[in-house]
Amino acid sequence: MSQTPQSIIEIRDAVLARRLSAVEVTKASLAAIERENGRINAFTQVCAKAALENAARVDARVAAGETPALAGVPIAIKDNMCTGPDFATPGDGLGYAGFTTCASRILEHYASPFTSTAVQRLIDAGAIIVGKTNLDEFAMGSSTEHSIFGATRNPWDVGRVPGGSSGGSAAAVAAGLVPLALGSDTGGSIRQPAAFCGVFGLKPTYGRVSRYGLVAFASSLDQIGPITRNAGDAALALEIMGGKDPLDGTTSRHDSPRLAQMDPHDREPLRIGVVRQGRSGANHPGVAAALESTIAQYVKLGARVVEVDLPLIDHGIAAYYIVAPAEASSNLARLDGVRFGRRATLAPGEGLEELYARSRGEGFGAEVKRRIMLGTHVLSSGYYDAYYNTALKVRRRLLGDFERAFEACDAILMPSTPGPAFRIGEKTGDPIAMYLEDVYTVTVNLAGLPGLSMPAGLAEVDGRMLPVGVQLVGRAFDEPRLLSIARRFERATDWHTKRPG
Amino acid sequence: MSQEPTNAAAPHGISLDQTRKIARLARLALTDAELAKAQLELSAVIGYVERLRELDLHGVEPLAGVSGAIRRGELDEPGRMLPVEALAKMAPAMQDRFLAIPKVLDEGGGA
Repeated sequence: MSQTPQSIIEIRDAVLARRLSAVEVTKASLAAIERENGRINAFTQVCAKAALENAARVDARVAAGETPALAGVPIAIKDNMCTGPDFATPGDGLGYAGFTTCASRILEHYASPFTSTAVQRLIDAGAIIVGKTNLDEFAMGSSTEHSIFGATRNPWDVGRVPGGSSGGSAAAVAAGLVPLALGSDTGGSIRQPAAFCGVFGLKPTYGRVSRYGLVAFASSLDQIGPITRNAGDAALALEIMGGKDPLDGTTSRHDSPRLAQMDPHDREPLRIGVVRQGRSGANHPGVAAALESTIAQYVKLGARVVEVDLPLIDHGIAAYYIVAPAEASSNLARLDGVRFGRRATLAPGEGLEELYARSRGEGFGAEVKRRIMLGTHVLSSGYYDAYYNTALKVRRRLLGDFERAFEACDAILMPSTPGPAFRIGEKTGDPIAMYLEDVYTVTVNLAGLPGLSMPAGLAEVDGRMLPVGVQLVGRAFDEPRLLSIARRFERATDWHTKRPG
Repeated sequence: MSQEPTNAAAPHGISLDQTRKIARLARLALTDAELAKAQLELSAVIGYVERLRELDLHGVEPLAGVSGAIRRGELDEPGRMLPVEALAKMAPAMQDRFLAIPKVLDEGGGA
């Protein structure tokens, strides 16, 4: 998309002004995918034919005088969000986007009969789905290596992971294939890949965006959010996706925040709370440097910087790896080889229990099986209180710690990740090392708060420059302030304009 | 920071028999090699989460989810339902209008 604008707001404005057509923008995106996807493997499916047909429809809407808010913006959808038969047609040249695979053998040929609310709202606003993006199977992972489609590669260094689990979405935006991709974030799955790929990622407040049609991993933690090049684009995407949905009883009655509320020229006094435990000696020097220069930048912008405590941050991982697998073991019980998904071939004499166990044993990958078993164990009779209930008490304490911290500040600042992108294969043999990638992000999900990762520096690793992100966390449903604080940083710096290569 | 998977003999290690029982409860057919690996990995993760025991959590109410602004007490409205054909299309095996599964009851009907 080198000749077309890079921000979704610019694209929309150009399409509405008829300087560019939706078809032209979509063609540019599809050409970029064809050129780059072989190198980074960001997409599980591309739907060129359907995308061009839908783009022509958007051009017709614009010609008829409509002004859709995302007119002609090409978008990619993480392949754990249901996309119904409406937008894709079978026999598409580059592949049929009608499947919702979760990068799993068990759903490899699953064609959802309906579309998730967040995706439908983007389509209604004139966005064009060009394809679906790779992920760790069922969104369980921090590297996008656990996928039946193979690993996604980081556009900054194809020997490294893009992060995960929304690694395909982050890589697609970083490589300039689309200006907006949806991710889902249960313990860091939007923010960590955004940090690794040098793009902007927002996990909204729990309840802000409907989870209808998002394949459930851990229902009390999951949120859909945008991955973009900058805060303004994320704000617009959130405005369109967010808000009450009768199909998800956990959506809030809060109105979706208006983009206009997120003013980068905001002169309101700012109080930034820097997490004491986030200045850990275990951080990569590049992460530490980005954090300190972000603090200095906010001081320059007139912010008052205070230190806040999240004393249980190291226990957050332990609580998360009880709560999330417990919920996953329950949610994934629906995949039983009976109503949809893969069914194992049975030997003579095998019955219903073998049908369940064999379909699941063959259909799920190693990490998913590990988490289902972990969840089954911590919920089982005799262990429930020691593990699950204890983790829920820690969750209460974590929320209290955040609430105390917000008495002294408007937004909390800490690293997004302990280090920049790691090498492909570096952590696959050690589940706990992989889990510790999420040390700064999981507590935000457990507390249900909005969090974002924004590009804030580059670190030199083995002679290559890799992006580093910092994380801002806000009060529940305070995305307008959180995003305007991020936009103030963007206006003063150029980290968000850095591109791979 | 991480424990080696070989640390299965830790005090909170999970035995192979326990692992087999968990796999059964989770309805996961695993090979012997998968079971052996699962034993080591589950033991390592359980060993890691044991650190929660060092916290004093007396009097703390468990928090299963954040729901401060969530709608309560609103009635569900019956909505559009997916047609049977759409559901049947997703099913791995159908017999007439029904999902087909292996026979559950023995001949003669005794369960």
